[in-house]
Amino acid sequence: MDNWVIEAENLTKVYKMGEVEVHALRGLSLRISRGEVAAIMGPSGSGKSTLMNMIGCLDQPTSGEYILDGERVSNLKDDQLATIRNRKVGFVFQSFNLLPRATALANVELPLRYAGIQRGRKERARAALELVGLADRIHHRPNELSGGQQQRVAIARALVNNPAIILADEPTGNLDSKSGEEIMQLLLGLNQEHGTTLVIVTHDPVVASRTPRIIQIMDGVVVEQDTGNRSQ
Amino acid sequence: MNIIQSFYEALESVSSNKMRSGLTILGIVIGVAAVIAMVSVGRGAQNTITGSIQGIGTNLLFVFRGGSEDVRNPKPITLGDGDAIADPFQAPSVADVAPMLQGDGIVSYAGENHYTSIIGVTPSYGPVRNTTVSEGEFIREEHILGQASVVLLGPEVAKKLFNRTEGLVDETVRIEGQPFRVLGVLESKGGSAFSNQDDRILVPFSTAQTRLLRRATRDRVDLLMVQAVSAQAVPQASEEVAQILRTRHRTEVGADDFTVLTQQDFLDTAQTITGVLTVFLGGIAAISLLVGGIGIMNIMLVSVTERTREIGLRKALGARKIDILVQFLTESSVLSLIGGIVGIMLGWLISFIVGRIAAANEADITPAIGVDTILLATLFSTAVGLFFGLYPANRAANLEPVEALRYE
Repeated sequence: MDNWVIEAENLTKVYKMGEVEVHALRGLSLRISRGEVAAIMGPSGSGKSTLMNMIGCLDQPTSGEYILDGERVSNLKDDQLATIRNRKVGFVFQSFNLLPRATALANVELPLRYAGIQRGRKERARAALELVGLADRIHHRPNELSGGQQQRVAIARALVNNPAIILADEPTGNLDSKSGEEIMQLLLGLNQEHGTTLVIVTHDPVVASRTPRIIQIMDGVVVEQDTGNRSQ
Repeated sequence: MNIIQSFYEALESVSSNKMRSGLTILGIVIGVAAVIAMVSVGRGAQNTITGSIQGIGTNLLFVFRGGSEDVRNPKPITLGDGDAIADPFQAPSVADVAPMLQGDGIVSYAGENHYTSIIGVTPSYGPVRNTTVSEGEFIREEHILGQASVVLLGPEVAKKLFNRTEGLVDETVRIEGQPFRVLGVLESKGGSAFSNQDDRILVPFSTAQTRLLRRATRDRVDLLMVQAVSAQAVPQASEEVAQILRTRHRTEVGADDFTVLTQQDFLDTAQTITGVLTVFLGGIAAISLLVGGIGIMNIMLVSVTERTREIGLRKALGARKIDILVQFLTESSVLSLIGGIVGIMLGWLISFIVGRIAAANEADITPAIGVDTILLATLFSTAVGLFFGLYPANRAANLEPVEALRYE
């Protein structure tokens, strides 16, 4: 029981689009344990992105309870959310989202700077880049790196603060199949070697098939959980 | 995030778009340079004017005709008035009185003509105006009595007519066609911005009265210069002079037909005028600084919109509102700070050039760039950067991370 990283209870989210109220989440409950790898799937409009925003503490649910790594998140203010994101969530985006003018090292350092860490930033950033196999590219800028390499920098950036979860949003979506496979191997390898909890949001069945657990979202609720060889 | 790092980052961001940043900075440069140049030139003019007024002497009073407007039959100032004021029993605070007639005319020598101001004076003029001769002698009482055709040349007039200022005694020049013997040459007093004290000639009062500067009544005086016994006695002397003239002109109370001005009055007026001028010029220049500030705001708004995704990313990585706010404020301050520094140098250069141009035209305006001016311009430009950066930065800081990340 104590080993849940993500505990979401009865989450709802209502957006106001002008006069119309859009119910993106309708009482969704979800639990992911420490060290697990899970894929969240669902067609567009299913509430998949909304759920990802909730899990990543980018947004607050309208109602319901969300506990991330033992911290109640549902009633926090913006800046407190920022601190939670900084410490507990590592984001990997589809379009990498690296700062174009900064070197790989500086990009990986960024979360440490917002964490207020003054000493040993460079060393930690370098170690993270070594972990993703980019030790020889640390002073390159994003435009000097391939797509796969850029995504590796992004993964290093996600790892550098030792977050409770890594939240990857279509991590292979902008890559060719070979680089995509390499990135999947890297992510799964990190889970196996370091026990990093991994949540991958995707609509690609090939990607989802690599994960032991697939969570299907439809109309704002979990409709199916294929837990593979694990028992809930 | 420490300050040096965010400063460095801001510098990097500013330099990544050189053309745009350059143009934005130019707006501030022009504003700051204009403020500094205008204020320093204004101050320079003020210094010159007050300096030349102070050069007149601190214990002088100027008495001339005309006072309040409702005097029905104003009387001119006369030599008799001058004698009465010079009487130590009637006016114990007055040391000396110099009546003057002032006009213009042509002086010529050997076909060389020069248009200059002609002043009819008495021997008192020398001590009262602290005027001495570099050669020859000053006008004496016997020249007045004999209406002598003698003249004292200002050094500038001497240079124009003879190309020298020495060995001119007993030469003959013509004033308005009449021959005058040169009695001496005046010591150079230097020019000021508005009246050149070297470009004039002095003739005996009586000579001017009868032959050069004729007035409607015979003993009329254009100006009485009254010297008080000391600088402290000036207000007392002013009161005594006024009393004497009221009695002699039989004016009603509160309706004087004359005006008594002290050097302090001139100084006050001049300072008020030049002060207003400086503030006015500085104010106009400040408007251009304001426009520059609006330029900064404009470019920062564009920058925030352009970098919406970057802001979203930074927020996702844990940047708090204050982090984003500081980032963008630092950027706008860097823009205005660079603009301020370059503007100070440019303003300095402009006022230096203005000073040179003024010097070349014999108007002695030395632009005064005070530390306070520079400090003010720097503070003001940074404040402009902060103020106009605040709105865009605040907008960036308040972006929703979800929205910002989704922005294309």
